[in-house]
Amino acid sequence: MNSAIAFKTIVVKEVRRFTRIWPQTLLPPAVTTALYFLIFGKLIGDRIGAIDGASYMEYIVPGIILMSVISHSYANVVSSFYSTKFQRHIEELLVAPVPNWVILAGYVCGGIVRGVMVGLVVALISLLFTRIDVAHPWIAVAVFVLTATLFSLAGFINAVFADSFDDIAIIPSFVLTPLSYLGGVFYSVSMLPGIWQKISLGNPILYMINAFRYGLIDVTDVDIQIAFAITGGFIVFLSLFSLYLLHKGVGIKN
Amino acid sequence: MNALSIRNLTKIYNNGFQALQGIDLDVQAGDFFALLGPNGAGKSTTIGIVSSLVTASGGDVTIFDYDLKKQRNQAKNCIGIVPQEVNFNQFETPRQIVLNQAGYYGMPRQEAIRRTEICLKQMDLWDKRNDVSRRLSGGMKRRLMIARAMVHAPKLLILDEPTAGVDIEIRRSMWEMMQEVNRQGTTIILTTHYLEEAESLCRNIAIINHGRIVEHSDMAGLLERLHVNHFLLDLAAPIASAPVIPGYQIERLSERSLDVGVPKEEGLNKLFALLSEQNIQVASLKNKSNRLEQLFMDLIDSTKQQGAT
Repeated sequence: MNSAIAFKTIVVKEVRRFTRIWPQTLLPPAVTTALYFLIFGKLIGDRIGAIDGASYMEYIVPGIILMSVISHSYANVVSSFYSTKFQRHIEELLVAPVPNWVILAGYVCGGIVRGVMVGLVVALISLLFTRIDVAHPWIAVAVFVLTATLFSLAGFINAVFADSFDDIAIIPSFVLTPLSYLGGVFYSVSMLPGIWQKISLGNPILYMINAFRYGLIDVTDVDIQIAFAITGGFIVFLSLFSLYLLHKGVGIKN
Repeated sequence: MNALSIRNLTKIYNNGFQALQGIDLDVQAGDFFALLGPNGAGKSTTIGIVSSLVTASGGDVTIFDYDLKKQRNQAKNCIGIVPQEVNFNQFETPRQIVLNQAGYYGMPRQEAIRRTEICLKQMDLWDKRNDVSRRLSGGMKRRLMIARAMVHAPKLLILDEPTAGVDIEIRRSMWEMMQEVNRQGTTIILTTHYLEEAESLCRNIAIINHGRIVEHSDMAGLLERLHVNHFLLDLAAPIASAPVIPGYQIERLSERSLDVGVPKEEGLNKLFALLSEQNIQVASLKNKSNRLEQLFMDLIDSTKQQGAT
């Protein structure tokens, strides 16, 4: 059994799936984020002024890019894997000698590719509004990819447990979006009152956004090492949990 | 060598329903084997376990001597599955669906392309290879699932009601295809509700009911045990009511036709003699099960010939 071929087959199938419907998958974030940059960055941002030495437009760019990466890597895997279950073509994989880790890695890679592509589209849009001199490229790239990985894994787990299309919309609407908006995309936690600062530090997305902001514009509210530790810890935990679910056949086998 | 060997296989679903109650089953390599049973008998659960889609509660399954628990990948490589219901991505093309399946089996790209072409041509789908699959007819979708199941050249092909819901013409063509695949050395396990299909195609048979194997024998031996054969008789002259002949089940279908159940030990000659005593002359007779199908096929063939000329 050549696992590399099976892995490549899943990844190519996934990438082909979302690129085939690019007006639904790649175009909307470009439009949405252009509006963010225009309204929050240009119109409102000019009145807010600088934060930690960066213009408001520069300050919000990393958060908006990463917010797009989070939502689209998650959405890609949760919708794709749930559709695979719903239409029963998951059986094509289950009857074949494909190891569970290959199934997981294939779908997660599909999510990463979409997250990265959307992130790059949003980054290109942001260049229409401001100039970004990347301060720490490797840190930016690492956070970019690790965040896409983490939320692809989370999307996979959501899809495994989902029994209906409603179930795949609940987490993005009621968990991911609030945590992203409250994760310091548009503000610094230092601007919050004391208790809200402490509460915000319990939001893992805050660490990722600040680590990415550090990578792009050298500004952060959190320790970068802690941010990497939290992201890495979540990835390890979610990977092991996903493999356990596949091994047990939860949601995909009788 | 056994293509499939099942020992004491049990399955209890989460709701407490015991689908399989310790079945034993052997299918020899090269066989064309029928697994029959009423709805809910346990056929699909058995196939689900063999194809790794259902987790067994107990028991052992070996496929060409590979233990499904301990040598899972080797065992899976030996099997191709054609499920009851369409389970491919209907937004993809037949070529892409079959190619992907080859990829899941770890087949190198060039070999996958070659095998895809062979299988699609064998299933008469090559002309449709770049169409969106959801636009294929029901029969084509079933043939596509067979092509997909065969792309890695499995030694054991399991067909779960492959002809359910397809018209007779397509069913006949699928029978020919299955026979050809079997002649080429592939072991076939077939589940079907069409008993004449199993009778025509299969050499050995198992009947499952309430999660137990209630019959496991060769087809000829099983048919030997049939006590009554049904015939449709066309009469030379009309009759007003069905004749009563002790030992025979006779039903009047029309003024010129009868459905007669003939006990094996009685035979047709005796029936004809008894009918003759009642001034009923038989013009012709046909086996009940094949009569309508044959008529339909004759009509289809003659229509085709007319179209060709």
